[in-house]
Amino acid sequence: MQLKPNEKLDIKNILEDLENYRPKRRGWTWRTKKENLEAGPFTYKNCSLPLAKSTPLPSAKYFNDIDPQPDCVITTEIASGRFEDDIRRMRMAAYHGADHIMVIRTAGQSHFDGLIEGTPQGIGGIPITRKQVRAQRKALDYIEEEVGRPINYHSYISGVAGPEIAVMFAEEGVNGAHQDPQYNVLYRNINMIRSFVDAAEAKNVMVWADIAQIDGAHNANATAREAWKVMPELMVQHAINSIFSVKIGMKKENICLSTVPPTAPPAPCMTLDLPYAVALRDFFKEYKMRAQMNTKYMDSSTREATVTHTLNLLISKLTSVDIQSTITPDEGRNVPWHIYNMEACDTAKQALVGMDGLLEMVQLKEDGILRETAREIKERAVLFMEEIVESGGYFQAVEDGFFVDSGNYPERNGDGIARKIQGGIGNSTVFERDEDYLAPVTAHFGYNNVAQYDPSAVTNPSKLIDGCTLEKHEKIIYIDELDETDNVNVRLEETKETRETTNIKPEVEWAGDGYVMMNMFLPASRRVAEFAAIKMAKQMGLEDVEVIHKEEMHPSEGTRIELKGKVAFTIDTDSLVIPPEPRIMSDDEIRSAIDENPIKIVAGTVGEDEHSVGLREIIDIKHGGIEKYGVEVNYLGTSVQLEKLIDSVIELNADAILASTIISHDDLHYKSMKRLHELAIEKGIREDIIIICGGTQVTPEIAVEQGIDAGFGRGTKGSHVASFMVKKMKEMKAEKNED
Amino acid sequence: MKRESDFTKRREHLKDLTDEQLERKFWELAGKIVDPLIDLAKKNTTPSIERSVLLRMGFSSIEAKAIVEGVLDRGLIAKGAGHVVYKLAKHKEMDLREVGLKLIDDQLWEEAILLFEGGTK
Repeated sequence: MQLKPNEKLDIKNILEDLENYRPKRRGWTWRTKKENLEAGPFTYKNCSLPLAKSTPLPSAKYFNDIDPQPDCVITTEIASGRFEDDIRRMRMAAYHGADHIMVIRTAGQSHFDGLIEGTPQGIGGIPITRKQVRAQRKALDYIEEEVGRPINYHSYISGVAGPEIAVMFAEEGVNGAHQDPQYNVLYRNINMIRSFVDAAEAKNVMVWADIAQIDGAHNANATAREAWKVMPELMVQHAINSIFSVKIGMKKENICLSTVPPTAPPAPCMTLDLPYAVALRDFFKEYKMRAQMNTKYMDSSTREATVTHTLNLLISKLTSVDIQSTITPDEGRNVPWHIYNMEACDTAKQALVGMDGLLEMVQLKEDGILRETAREIKERAVLFMEEIVESGGYFQAVEDGFFVDSGNYPERNGDGIARKIQGGIGNSTVFERDEDYLAPVTAHFGYNNVAQYDPSAVTNPSKLIDGCTLEKHEKIIYIDELDETDNVNVRLEETKETRETTNIKPEVEWAGDGYVMMNMFLPASRRVAEFAAIKMAKQMGLEDVEVIHKEEMHPSEGTRIELKGKVAFTIDTDSLVIPPEPRIMSDDEIRSAIDENPIKIVAGTVGEDEHSVGLREIIDIKHGGIEKYGVEVNYLGTSVQLEKLIDSVIELNADAILASTIISHDDLHYKSMKRLHELAIEKGIREDIIIICGGTQVTPEIAVEQGIDAGFGRGTKGSHVASFMVKKMKEMKAEKNED
Repeated sequence: MKRESDFTKRREHLKDLTDEQLERKFWELAGKIVDPLIDLAKKNTTPSIERSVLLRMGFSSIEAKAIVEGVLDRGLIAKGAGHVVYKLAKHKEMDLREVGLKLIDDQLWEEAILLFEGGTK
């Protein structure tokens, strides 16, 4: 199956014959760096090979639609609870530059003793099952071919079924995973002995499958009361998981530290976050950095979150980053929506590309507060570990509440997370292996008495059983569905109308969910505005209305409200009358047409307005404007009176007026268009000339309603205007001949 | 435990170390903390590890779960759940999956216990 940009991905194709699907590769893939990448008129220092297909940043249209890709992997987290809808979002995210798709697990999976099977719907994530993993990896195998860059697929190996999940991930070609036993212990209250014994097996399987590992240290940051004070402990947590993994056999370039700038404005976050980032990279220079964005201090303002995340990106740029995580700016208000995954990917791409080459010009100071603070954090981390050893080791330290204490170590506030060595979920489920213990499989960690059966199989235990599933994929027993009422087939049937007919509905996360977001300013205090907004939205016909963001503009003068609500109806796209997009003529076609029938125009910016840039772009030969086709342009300048344009057209016997109408306040631009049309009628020349108006706030259809011939908005080029004039002249000539 | 910061006093022995020495110390301590944990992992097993072994041997998650429960009930987990299946299959000259499915069906357990001489010693 090959995906085509103009065709939707059909989930039914993905599900078909899934039981026989084998992932096409395994292991993690980094981007291919491209030194001195040339794109448009620019040369980039820190970019990677471009994509075959992608959606560039909105402003790329001013730069020949270039879409340079930063040199680090970019992550997006997708998990709406329905994996089939997430697949569509993954494809969109790949177009926006994501090559690391992280799938969040449904609430409670870490306490599930075993693998979940089938495709049940999840909450705040999806139940990670073989079928869903296989379907998503299969879809990504197609999507990565479409965009022309490998995509890493990622989820979590934690909880009380870590080793089993690791095996399933290895079998299914998963490329990255969170694995950190400390996460189990501290945040999931899973027994600590069990967690570490399980982790060793899981990590060893990850080593076999070349799965990149991300640790869980950032959670301390999100949990501690004052996040910036746990920096010494973060270093300790990173170190414990990293060195534990190395000792199991994981290569350091597959060990990625999940690190978050601990604070956010209005805290002076650079002063607090940068020394920590430097200290961490000093100690862990052989490891990879997975730079996460701050979620701890996120509120419902997507604008505020985006600024914080951009500052996080500055830290990545000033220090180093191998995997740049992105947090959707709506995470402070709901489970992320489609559009915010794209915004988050674009924020990372935009900021990193914008800062390309920055370190060729600036560098971090080698002395002063930055290095002093970094040194202090490092010393505190060393002292923390000394005390762990003194206390009797890691387990005792956890029992004594060393971790996630909000004091800046060695200060302690006594509010850490303490767990009992003999306690938690899975306590007393660790068993010492007997002398004849055997596991006849690949990637098993620790004592394994293979020699009792075949000394030649010691380095390859699965030889005993003629290969295990890791060598022989066909040995995997695939389970399709276990629950008749909670599975993808039922959901696809329910959403059939919006998937399989021409009827559409807006959506934020699931096919046919019907949600729209509405933005309004109400001249009232917060509470009044909130309730007024709800009533208004209901009166507009929305259902399940909920305010998702409110922000004071002034205590009494007004409030900004964002709300969501459901649209109850669908629209049949076949019933729409969509005017065809105007055809743009080629340069040669335009030139020869104008050679045959020369065009003379008068142009100017109307009203009390000194803007000239836009109009000059359309006119000037050096910007690729209409002069290059041989159009004779009489430019009258800025702040031109409408009457002056009409008079000039008569005086010069010109064919067209090209007016720039920038100021849109109170619809002034449309009013000017209408007046221009009327003046031409009054002077009796309307039928002899073409009137064209353009500007950043011009909507073509509304412009034409004012009586003029054409309106041009943002992104217009000289060729668009010239094409129109040539065609219109031809029409006018034909009409005259008829008369 | 609550404690005021005694950083200035506590860092006395670190303050004259070079950055490189401090870094070396950091990694030595980290190694020292995890060494006993690695040792523990080498010598022990868990139900999840044993289920993961059975998955690799070609059993489904549901089958693996049932077999490990049986192995736990009979005190055979220290031998390895995969080992129980393997040894029985070898002994009875049967296919691995066939043995596993019989175990799930509550058969062959007596023989398994005998083969391992009663389980954990």
